[in-house]
Amino acid sequence: MKKIKCAIIGSGNIGTDLIYKLKRSELLEPVWMVGIDPASEGLARAKGLGLKITDLGVDGLVPHVVADEVQIAFDATSAYVHAENSRKLTELGVLMVDLTPAAIGPLCVPPVNLKGLREKKVQNVNMISCAGQATIPIVNAVCRVQSVDYAEIVASLSSKSIGPGTRANLDEFTYTTSNAICVVGGSRRGKALAIINPADPPMIMRNTIYCLTDAAPDQQKITASILEMIGEVQRYVPGYRLVNGPVYDGHKVSVYMEVAGLGDYLPRYAGNLDIMTAAATRTAEMFAEEFLAGRVQPQLSEVA
Amino acid sequence: MLEPIDLKGRKILVHDMSLRDGMHAKREQISTEQMVRVATRLDDAGVPLIQVSHGGGLGGNSLQHGFALHSNEEYWDAVVPKMKRTKVSALLIPGLGTMKELQSAYDHGVRSVHVATHCTEADTSPQHIAYARKLGMDTTGFLMMAHLNSPEGLAQQARMMESYGAQTVYITDSAGYLLPADVKARVRALRDSLKPETEIGFHGHHNLGMGIANSIAAIEEGATRIDASVGGLGAGAGNTPLEVFVAVCERMGIETGCDLFKLMDLTEDVIFPMMEHIVRVDRASLTLGFAGVYSTFLLHANRAAAKYGVPARDILVELGRKKMIGGQEDMIEDTAMTMAKERGLLSEASQRHAA
Repeated sequence: MKKIKCAIIGSGNIGTDLIYKLKRSELLEPVWMVGIDPASEGLARAKGLGLKITDLGVDGLVPHVVADEVQIAFDATSAYVHAENSRKLTELGVLMVDLTPAAIGPLCVPPVNLKGLREKKVQNVNMISCAGQATIPIVNAVCRVQSVDYAEIVASLSSKSIGPGTRANLDEFTYTTSNAICVVGGSRRGKALAIINPADPPMIMRNTIYCLTDAAPDQQKITASILEMIGEVQRYVPGYRLVNGPVYDGHKVSVYMEVAGLGDYLPRYAGNLDIMTAAATRTAEMFAEEFLAGRVQPQLSEVA
Repeated sequence: MLEPIDLKGRKILVHDMSLRDGMHAKREQISTEQMVRVATRLDDAGVPLIQVSHGGGLGGNSLQHGFALHSNEEYWDAVVPKMKRTKVSALLIPGLGTMKELQSAYDHGVRSVHVATHCTEADTSPQHIAYARKLGMDTTGFLMMAHLNSPEGLAQQARMMESYGAQTVYITDSAGYLLPADVKARVRALRDSLKPETEIGFHGHHNLGMGIANSIAAIEEGATRIDASVGGLGAGAGNTPLEVFVAVCERMGIETGCDLFKLMDLTEDVIFPMMEHIVRVDRASLTLGFAGVYSTFLLHANRAAAKYGVPARDILVELGRKKMIGGQEDMIEDTAMTMAKERGLLSEASQRHAA
């Protein structure tokens, strides 16, 4: 079966993990890995797995986009670099799946709003953050039952799973995730907190979701809605698990979650990597289906 | 016998924590009137620097950390204009607070900031330290839960904060776990490693009764800034009690510039009557110090204990075993529920209606 060819920009934790997710896809095929450091472990791995590599950044990829039929590019660099990467590649008709907090394109959490993006002619779609992917489905599961005034999420991440880019730009992570809690999750106000825990052995990613409902919470409906949503996420992240709750305390609903990864690049504790790369892969697969069915024609430039 | 180190004439900058760390002990419920009353008397007593904000600092108002009676801006607007000599500071923990909130703090008159990270995660602070320096603020890097890193490891983290622009780096004993020899080794490692012009600070908690002894130990190794809290109002068994520290300094000839009797009066007249529970070494706060758990977890653990029937001490010991760090207050109820299930006190079906 024909697959849609993909490039990965950024050879850090997320980019490297993404290779494994794409290799497993029936619709996507990773063909290029772009880095900026010739000594990066990610580029070496990519080469070993049969991808073409460049250490010249996105400029090293641009001349090959047409010849190698790259139709989708995943950007796992930083919010600051993403805008320029996106401009250069969307010009060539490449669909960008943005794993940085840049959020140029519409925000996407697959079980919540991926279907709605299908019809839109988007050139760039943003995956928010690992914490956003892990918590917004739950926020939305409450919001689809009844209105929520305020949602707050707390993501605890193992130190070993957080790369230098995320560390140096924690505020962007906070702003993008807080905004997405409202825009995608559906609450009126939102706040995101991140904690990086260095415990050894590393702790599995934990997420706590709090919602303040306007009216008294309909406990049965909300619990059912949350359990159904967890099932949806488990279709692409099997290690997405309810640990405790939902706990109802007045108008406050508390849900305690855990995300274990598949252990592709980093060990299973790094569920934050998996939920991000798996959500990005799922998003790209949906667009790949459209490309393959000819419903959306990516406009590859003939002159480049 | 070793010759006692003569600290006579040593100048120390004391930094009062009662209106920030003390917010934890008050479940964030200090009124602006109370803040002004305490702050003006600290000013009058010659305390050069006081921290004023939600217990969690900038961005602290949340379900995770509780909502204060007022916004940080309302507290600063009440306190800052009343200060004659004292400068007001804030706390910023990246991941919770952001540069937007730091800008707001500056706009409301805050002129000093502790930029705080867990003791192994200094590299989450470069943006915030640089931004504080750009604003011209007195900027400190604040390495929390310092018992969880070695002296050498802390020195390495401190150098990172120094490289981002921190003018002072703190050894922060958030769990009140360190003993004087541990403090000395850590301060010495920083002193040997940092530039001579970079100051070293120590922030203690009194969970093992070591607040004063640890602060003096830090000074012996070259620390020049000490965090303390008038009346000890702070998380856990409280911070190093300021008036006791100042009394000891006077006896030793260490200069703090503070008026001891005024601080004693403030403690007795205002702080003690404000306390909802006596902030002291008791069963739960001693457990924090003994098990090395973040002091702020105390009241949360007491609440979870009452709700799920698992003793607070058991919860705190388990949190210590799981190496939970500051900011993970959500894991207190989660851990209490998991323990309650294991003990047959809570079933999967009933947990959803436990409240």
